Amino acid sequence: MSTHALRDTGVLTGRSLRHILRSPDTIITTAVTPVAMMLLFVYVFGGAITTGSGGSYINYLLPGILLITVASGVAYTAYRLFLDVKGGIVERLGSMPIAKPSILWAHVLTSLTANLAAVAIVIAVALAMGFRSGASVASWFAAAGILVLFTLALTWMAVVAGLTAKTVDGASGMSYPLIFLPFISSAFVPTATMPGPVAWFAENQPVTPIVDTLRALLAQEPVGTGIWTALAWLAGILAVSYAAAAAIYRRKVG
Amino acid sequence: MGTDQALQPAIRVQGIEKSFKDLHVLRGVDFDVRPGSIFALLGSNGAGKTTLIKILSTLLKPYSGRASVNGFDVVTRAGDVRAAISLTGQFTAVDDVLTGRENLVLVARLRHLPNPAEVAGSLLARFGLAEAANRRAATYSGGMRRRLDIAMSLAGDPPVVFLDEPTTGLDPQGRLEVWRTIRQLAGQGTTVLLTTQYLDEAEQLADRIAILHRGTIIQNGTLAELKRLLPAATVEYVEKQPSLEDVFLALVGDPPGDRQDQPTADSAPGKDH
Repeated sequence: MSTHALRDTGVLTGRSLRHILRSPDTIITTAVTPVAMMLLFVYVFGGAITTGSGGSYINYLLPGILLITVASGVAYTAYRLFLDVKGGIVERLGSMPIAKPSILWAHVLTSLTANLAAVAIVIAVALAMGFRSGASVASWFAAAGILVLFTLALTWMAVVAGLTAKTVDGASGMSYPLIFLPFISSAFVPTATMPGPVAWFAENQPVTPIVDTLRALLAQEPVGTGIWTALAWLAGILAVSYAAAAAIYRRKVG
Repeated sequence: MGTDQALQPAIRVQGIEKSFKDLHVLRGVDFDVRPGSIFALLGSNGAGKTTLIKILSTLLKPYSGRASVNGFDVVTRAGDVRAAISLTGQFTAVDDVLTGRENLVLVARLRHLPNPAEVAGSLLARFGLAEAANRRAATYSGGMRRRLDIAMSLAGDPPVVFLDEPTTGLDPQGRLEVWRTIRQLAGQGTTVLLTTQYLDEAEQLADRIAILHRGTIIQNGTLAELKRLLPAATVEYVEKQPSLEDVFLALVGDPPGDRQDQPTADSAPGKDH
């Protein structure tokens, strides 16, 4: 049963990866907006921003930009799944003797691959712009692990959007609030400069602990207890979105 | 299961009911389909045809009643049912980004067939898609997409095939091609359950016709039996007028048997010489 499920997932992941290889622009466009933001913040606003961390502003900025990259990238996941639902592909597959979860997992694994590719492009540009990290291999792995978890959590949210949307715009529009969230966090400027209620929101929403943890890992600084807050948020979002997606999917294809 | 298969119906539907919130879509549907026959479910839009097909293909669960396909209950043995059937839904479910061949290889691999490439090759040839095999499905005409769609359903030769409005949206030639395919299928012993809202389609293809109206089967029989329900025919002399379809097909001069594959965009003009 489980080898069966793995094989079906493999076949279907191959299919949707082929979609991406045939329109690689989806990865480029995912990377373009974050890169543009990075240029804007580093070369236009950056000179006037004091982060109090002593390091260069791009080192401060990059973790938030990476989260924005993933948040905009999952829109394509919602879009591709929506097209499969609308076009009858999900129904066709659902009436075939295959492991049913493989249909969703194929989209999730494809999302992970595409978003990590976009993240790699953004990191390459950041390196060209002067981003430097003295982080150890272990810290890089930890940072990568958090990004993978973040991508999975947002991807399952995208699955919910793709399964329930009525229109293409509805499916891909799910990422707008996610892209906006880092702006009201410690991603661009320290929360200490914000007025009371805004600072309170910024300090208590998931992006701030995730960004702070990534920044500490890449700067080879102690992550403190923030990493547990970050992991708790990620695990919580992942669990809720996964449960919602699974329930909606069961209702849809029996 | 070999010996009694000929005796038991390929599809058995008993008292199936289904509602969505307050809408009672199916109100107790009963019928049997003999193995190897073509059974047409005739009904207007909203009669519940698609809902019934979805229940039989395990995508929806009935509210009450029982149904079995190839001897397996659609609720308790859903996995066995899915191995025995294929569903060609109302909208051609082909992957536009993939080529025709890749679409067929994909379903062959998902059906865990030992030789997906060979299966794809022979289906492409059988459905007249060999020349277009390496083009993306997005470039296909409506008729070609439908043929690819049906070809995808036949990978692995499932014994029971559901076709939900297989000719809706096709031009007359495309329709005749699909009809020919369906006749071939039944000729090979496949059981076909098709839904249609076109009376002539049911008349042309089906061994038995059931009329689904407002959630129940109001009549079920052969074409001859259904015709006998009306008062006896009176003999009148009328001039046989060609139907518009006869005229169209005569003008286009394109009998469905030997038609080349081309996108609809360029098949209509330039053929009138």
